[in-house]
Amino acid sequence: MFNHPFMVYALLGGTGIAAACGAVGFFLVLRAQVFTGDALSHVAFTGALAALAFGVDLRAGLFAATIAVALVLGALGRRGRADDVVIGNVFAWILGLGVFFLTMYTTNRSGAGSGSGSGSATINVLFGSILGLSSGQAQTALWIGVGVVVAMLVIARPLLFATLDEAVAAARGVPVRVLAFGFLAFVGAATAEATQAVGALLLLGLVAAPAGTALVLTDRPFRGLGLAIVVAVGEMWTGLALAYFVPRMPPSFSITAVATIVYAGALLWRSVGYRPVARSRTTSAADPSLAARNPVPAHR
Amino acid sequence: MPTDSGLSWNPLADIQQMWQLDSMVNAYRAGTIVAVLAAAVGWFMVLRRQTFAGHTVALAGFPGAAAAVYLGVSASWGYFGFCVGAGAVIAALARNGKGGMAGESALTGIVQSFTLACGMLFVALYKGFLNGINSLLFGSFLGVTPGDIAVLAAVAVAVLAVMAAIGRPLLFSSVDPAVADARGVPSRALGVLFLVLLGATTAEVSQITGSLLVFALLVMPAATAQRLTARPAVSLVLSVLFALSVTWFGLGAAYFSPYPIGFWITTFAFGCYLLANVYGFVARFVVRWRGTGRRHVVEVLGVS
Repeated sequence: MFNHPFMVYALLGGTGIAAACGAVGFFLVLRAQVFTGDALSHVAFTGALAALAFGVDLRAGLFAATIAVALVLGALGRRGRADDVVIGNVFAWILGLGVFFLTMYTTNRSGAGSGSGSGSATINVLFGSILGLSSGQAQTALWIGVGVVVAMLVIARPLLFATLDEAVAAARGVPVRVLAFGFLAFVGAATAEATQAVGALLLLGLVAAPAGTALVLTDRPFRGLGLAIVVAVGEMWTGLALAYFVPRMPPSFSITAVATIVYAGALLWRSVGYRPVARSRTTSAADPSLAARNPVPAHR
Repeated sequence: MPTDSGLSWNPLADIQQMWQLDSMVNAYRAGTIVAVLAAAVGWFMVLRRQTFAGHTVALAGFPGAAAAVYLGVSASWGYFGFCVGAGAVIAALARNGKGGMAGESALTGIVQSFTLACGMLFVALYKGFLNGINSLLFGSFLGVTPGDIAVLAAVAVAVLAVMAAIGRPLLFSSVDPAVADARGVPSRALGVLFLVLLGATTAEVSQITGSLLVFALLVMPAATAQRLTARPAVSLVLSVLFALSVTWFGLGAAYFSPYPIGFWITTFAFGCYLLANVYGFVARFVVRWRGTGRRHVVEVLGVS
């Protein structure tokens, strides 16, 4: 398996992407902002197609679009968290723009007489082509992944504070707004990078599933963060290996399927009877998202 | 506008020309049915803040249609089966029956990415499908047959009838779930039923706007209407009117231009939403001005 250079590049780049998605996704789930991540992944589609339509570097379009929209979404909502109706409106229109660019791109291309590449261009952007990464792309992906993970680790403590109890954090002098915006910018960067590997439509699996799994398995925040990253990387490797040994299976599918199965397994394991011992004495009681998942109806 | 069909200065003649084509008439019929249904169900969805769940259910239509094409059955079956199924899964797994809530967002996201991955698998298995993928995802109003319209109408009538029956308690439990629970309203069952209805609705809308752009008709008209007025009945009617006009103009624009219908519908709907926001902002400003500054200005200018 390692004899093929494309497999090595896919593993290298995939590791960076998965680690970044796991780290970012953990906070997205904790902050109940998964829908923002979803919206950004769709924005990535428009960004990529706009870049294709105007003949700019694909990556420039991806990063510019996702980071810009992330900041816009942050600015539209209260305290850097946008309302889901606002998100829905904005990204639906941006997707509409994406279709516009798609038409522009395909009409221009057929005008130049280079055949019908529209289907495959859409598929590459939407569903990714991790096996098509070049060595340079893989290295960039790895470094961006490492950068995002390091940045997330640096802001992890204050961001966690701001996530669990925003008012108290603001009172204690934590720059809540700046953190929210910075976090969204990192989400944008991770999204843009991941789009190239697993595609705009499927990267939500890499973002939400490992983080959801980690939050099911543990209540401790830092252990959860580490677990999310490890689970994401593990799922990426397993998915790639599966795709290698089952040739008819597209890698994006196998990665997402592995992620879903692991999450379902974690849910099952918890419902069978395992309970995190630390639940009663951790800070998680203050977090509404964890309280809502608590099977004991202690709320309200 | 650079088209072959041509847009003259006489709008009536343009409409006549457009409606001479059977496919356009069918598209208008289907669009009208879908717009009314989407606006009504979407209004409740926006009220219940279940946008994310709605989006996920809508995207499930894509693998549904892909699977149907792969298996060689009608795409409608795939749309309805997968959308309703996804709604039921989210409703069943989410503890409070509301897929958009904080703790369930990870679950919703995972359901979404998994259904999309399945769609990807079906597309990969069915090699010749590549060119159909754009119309599945982004909609196409051509090729709507009278049989399709009959199915659309039947499902729309059924969904709207159920919505009318559960409308009042659903509104109650959407606005204040705790009090509704205390008064004996079965919020949980209503939530599950609503997600299933939402699934059927998105399945209908997907066939016109494509899986990715369902929101244009589901969220935008409702959000626009709820911006403009707080009264439930008025905003529900407004929402339907917005959806209808957006669809009609979108179909017309798509006919006379080279760009696809999804782009026009989303753009028109988003324009309405922006205007409503501007209106809301100005209205609030005017109210504040009347409240505090008006007397002063009246005194200075000497007008009554």
